[in-house]
Amino acid sequence: MRFRLLRGDVILKILLAAAALFVIGTVVGLAVELFLGSAPSLFKFGPSFLVGSKWQPSNNVFGAWPFIYGTLVTSAIAIVIGFPVSLGIAIFISEKLKSHQTFGYMLGTIVDLLAAVPSVIYGLWGVFVLIPLLKDYVEKPLNKSLGFISLFSGHPFGYDFFTAGIILAIMIIPTMSAVTRDVLSVVPNSQREAMYSLGATDWEVTQKSVLPYARSGIFGGFILGLGRAFGETMAVTMVIGNIPSVSSSLFSPGATLSSIIANQFGESTGVFQGALIELGLILFFVAVLINGLARILLWRMTRGKEIKA
Amino acid sequence: MATKYNLPASISLQRKIVNKLMTVLVIIAVALAIIPLILILGDVFMRGAPALSIGFLARAQNPLHVSSGGIANAIVGTFTMVGIAALISVPIGIGAGIFFSEWSNSKLSTFSGFMNDVLTGFPSIVLGLFVYVIIVLPSKQFSAFAGGIALSFVMLPIIARTTGESLKLVPMTLREASLALGIPRWKTVLRIVISTGKNGLLTGILLAVARATGETAPILLTASTSIYFAKSIFQPTASMTVLIYNYATSPYPSQQTQAWGAALVLILIMLALNLLVKLTVGRKIKGARMYA
Repeated sequence: MRFRLLRGDVILKILLAAAALFVIGTVVGLAVELFLGSAPSLFKFGPSFLVGSKWQPSNNVFGAWPFIYGTLVTSAIAIVIGFPVSLGIAIFISEKLKSHQTFGYMLGTIVDLLAAVPSVIYGLWGVFVLIPLLKDYVEKPLNKSLGFISLFSGHPFGYDFFTAGIILAIMIIPTMSAVTRDVLSVVPNSQREAMYSLGATDWEVTQKSVLPYARSGIFGGFILGLGRAFGETMAVTMVIGNIPSVSSSLFSPGATLSSIIANQFGESTGVFQGALIELGLILFFVAVLINGLARILLWRMTRGKEIKA
Repeated sequence: MATKYNLPASISLQRKIVNKLMTVLVIIAVALAIIPLILILGDVFMRGAPALSIGFLARAQNPLHVSSGGIANAIVGTFTMVGIAALISVPIGIGAGIFFSEWSNSKLSTFSGFMNDVLTGFPSIVLGLFVYVIIVLPSKQFSAFAGGIALSFVMLPIIARTTGESLKLVPMTLREASLALGIPRWKTVLRIVISTGKNGLLTGILLAVARATGETAPILLTASTSIYFAKSIFQPTASMTVLIYNYATSPYPSQQTQAWGAALVLILIMLALNLLVKLTVGRKIKGARMYA
């Protein structure tokens, strides 16, 4: 009898452990297969692939720099706009609406809905609605008045780094604001009460007591949002123009690591395909780094309080 | 924080102004997030509604006479691939989730949970490349099968994490009571823990299905697309998202209208799944989110 009981336990544990191992195996398998898939390009170009600025499929010359540059520029725009907005939303919901939890929850749900909109619909909306708007009411006026700054120079026609960055900003807001909200909600009330008792205003309590306490968690949310911006594919592909260029103007068409894969993979073979898979390999390592770092930061902040955003 | 109080009169004007200014700024931040949401949903409804009809939902695509075409083949394709993905990811994801929760002290559980979180954050196009290399390249064939496998990697970490988080909410006293009655651990887990936490498992599955339904990049690289109803799961297959992508970048206005129509259908499915989760059980489970 005792042996039979034990056997059931062992079988279940083995089955479940196998499922957990499968998760680890998937990540390892991803790394291995992307290495193998990118071999034609990996061995041909070596480390110079990362800094090569020429991408000429017709001449079999490939370098990843234009896409790394495009990814960095669009993500930077997204963060500059998206991070303060997300922080504002989180402060509004968890500090200002602290005594109206139902309303706060509803508002949070509405912001979360932004994450429910598929990427390709952001792209569709970007092409037909956002691009005409931005081109006529933001890019052209900026270009006319501040065109002497290289950031705003060129001939804006809407398919560019700027539009891609704006779309990304909208897309990372639900991620960053949700994580920040969770983190602010675990800041102990004693932190706030101590500041209030010193005669601080609402903002001073938030600024001097709540935000410093939550900073590592907020940074975790920031990194997670950055990770989403790095990897986001379809919406960016549809609005960025997909031209490998390293231009200092935000109003110039460009491409990101993921957008160029989606745009060119269909017609690729041989070394060309290997180069595109190698771009995927770069994305893989960036994703491991970013997500690993973010999880560690969030874990440190919440320390086993079961808040995993 | 609970009680509202008045600031002392002696407080400097500057501090009062800064305080008010910051309140205004955070309200502006909320508006900045909600305005695009309203615009996107509004545009999809306004521009998509004219394309909708019974025929649009019942006919396959017709690229030559788009006005008489539909998106039925794409809807079937999407459901086929999400179905294949669910068959793979639901058992494995729930298994891993139970392990995260019931054996949470083991090293394997911690490490696998960490890897699971990393997998959640992967750009979905990387998952598409992975499946392209392991399935499409050797078989020289884009297929719904490959698309389903790619989507299963999208769904797996969501299901595993939501399952793990929701089972951790099951009170320890229930497990102890069951074990004290002499019920073996495996039976306790399968009969007591899971049946108590089954709403959480359902939440995870619904979230994962919603996420997979809206994915484009992994399908683009593995299932490609087609204008016909697929005769088997081993040939190129259409999906709603890839159809929207192709039609949105087409120069023909009639195809653009159909892209908006398909977008409306897709977004209705997504909103329905999300609201279902929110209204039923998602609130209690911290991990129950589409992203992050």
